[in-house]
This record gives sequence, C-alpha cells and structure tokens, in this order.
Amino acid sequence: MSDRHPLFKPLIFVGGLIFGFGLGFSHMARPEVVLQFLTFDDLGLLFVMFGAAVVSGIAFALMPRIRDRAPLTGDRYERRLKPFDRNVLIGGGIFGVGWGLSGICPGAAYASLGVGNVTILWALAGMFVGAYLQGWWRSRSDDLDPAAASAD
Amino acid sequence: MVADPVALQVAADLFPNGISRYAVGGLLVGLGAVVIYLGTGIPAGASTFLESTLSYVSGQSRFQRYVASRDWRVVFTLGIVLGGFLFALTVQSGLVSSSLYQPGTTGQLHQLGGFTFWTTNVQPWRLFLGGTLVGIGTRIGKGCTSGHGVCGVGSASKTSIVGVATFLAVAIGTAQIVAALGVTP
Repeated sequence: MSDRHPLFKPLIFVGGLIFGFGLGFSHMARPEVVLQFLTFDDLGLLFVMFGAAVVSGIAFALMPRIRDRAPLTGDRYERRLKPFDRNVLIGGGIFGVGWGLSGICPGAAYASLGVGNVTILWALAGMFVGAYLQGWWRSRSDDLDPAAASAD
Repeated sequence: MVADPVALQVAADLFPNGISRYAVGGLLVGLGAVVIYLGTGIPAGASTFLESTLSYVSGQSRFQRYVASRDWRVVFTLGIVLGGFLFALTVQSGLVSSSLYQPGTTGQLHQLGGFTFWTTNVQPWRLFLGGTLVGIGTRIGKGCTSGHGVCGVGSASKTSIVGVATFLAVAIGTAQIVAALGVTP
C-alpha cells in the first residue's frame, strides 16, 4: 500500500492512543475488573462495551449517508458485516472460556501492557501461541481441501 | 427530587465502583474506533494483529492473507499500548485527577520515577492458558471484543451479536466455575 495517504498511519496511531487510553481509564485493562464483571460483583463493564458500541454505531449509521468514501483510503464507508457460520459459535465458545479464565481480551491486553502490567506478557504470549496453532491447523486443512478455504 | 433509598442500594450493589469511569472509558474506546473509521473506512479490531504479525515470521497461508494490513495493525497496537501508558502517566499517577475516575483497589501499584504503574495479581497460568484459548477462539470466531463487540455490534451485525452473546455467556459460566472452585486470584 505504497499509494496510501501520508496521514494514514498517523491517524491509525491516534485512534489507537484514544482507544488504549479509554481501556486504561475504564479499568478494562485490568483482568481483575473483568473477572469481577463476569462473576456479577461489578457490572460497570457493561458501560464500556455498550458505550463504545453506541458511539461507533452512530458513526457506522451516519457516515455512509454523509460521504461515499473515506478521505485517507478511498474505501467505501461500510458496516462491519461478516457471514455467519458455525465457526462464530465454536470460536466464540473457545474465546469465552479463555476470557472467563484469564479476564483479558486482545485490545485490553495491549493497553494493560501500557499501564505497566508486565505480567500480561503471559497472556500475550498465549494469544500468539493460540493464533499460531489455529492458523497452522487451518492453513494445513485449506491446502488439503481448497474448497473449504473459500467458505470462510 | 428525593432518590429512592432501595434503588440507591441496588445501584451500589451492582456498581460498587460507580459507572463514570466505565462510561467515560467506553466513550473513549468508541471514539478511538470512530476516528479510524472516519479517516479510513476501516472498522478496526484488535485480534487480527495476532495473525497479521505472525505473517512476518511464518509463511502459512492463513497468516499471509493479512500481509497487506500487517503494517498498520502494528501501528494500531502500538497506539493502544502507548494510550494505556499515557493513562498511567497522567490519571493513574494522579497528575491529572477527575471526579469521573475511581482508582479502585485491584492488583498492585508500583511507584517508579514519580509515576504509578499497575500489575495484576491474576496468576500467570491463568493468563497464559486463557490467552492461548483467546488466541484460538477470536481467530476462528472472526472477531474479539473490539471487532465483534464494538464495531460489529455498532454495525447491528447479526453475526457479531450472536458472537458476543456466545463468548459473553461462556465467559460468565467459566469465570463462575473457576471462582466456585476457589481459584483466586
């Protein structure tokens, strides 16, 4: 993507900064707080997830009507829609066990490192191991059965 | 207006740390995603970074499909890390204070060069094993808390709503079982 706008990466970086600051401020970057939410000791995390979804929802609903294409990429404004299949349930279930056990998800883990939580490197190492294992397994089955590769 | 004492008690039980830090944090998380969307049209998710970054070191076809986006995903993740760091230097260290921020009592605080850093008490085996399952599950399930939870739900995507309902329900069950077994922290 050599023809990308010079402000493309700076803007992604600024968006990431705000995103990470919010994860720190909300304490979602603390596994303890996520675990307290999942055991119903403090339901405040609902406001993080749904607050964020409402804010992004307004942009996803309005932008396609205001402008056709994004200034820095020329890409069309579209909603995030992915096809449903049983992988959404299987993957969601495996993610749920991991999130319930550790109290950490990918974005919150990156922000957690930023607030000083070096211990979270265990979780980040695990995430790379897990992503590698599923990628290795699925790359192999894609190569054996090319028809399955296009179904995703 | 006189507040109902029963309602206040219920709110204090459900939200012992109040709601302002959560609501403000959530708005900022949403704003970060919106900034990226407005400029680029990209509904950003955090977990694709795991696979796209593996494409630098592995030729597996599942990772190579992300070669085109891997550079900006590194930038996004660095932004999130530094955003958390900026929070630590300012609000967490008390240099910027706000009535909207409740410090809380979880984990350990460490003073270093006048700043306050935080580490978790959750045991490493839980983080590593849980993290491994998060790495497998988010990639098979097409998204994580940001991709499905923020951008997907914000798009009113049925796939994402089902995905979030699935991982939320399973995570609640798992955390309750782990707590009932006496594993702490």
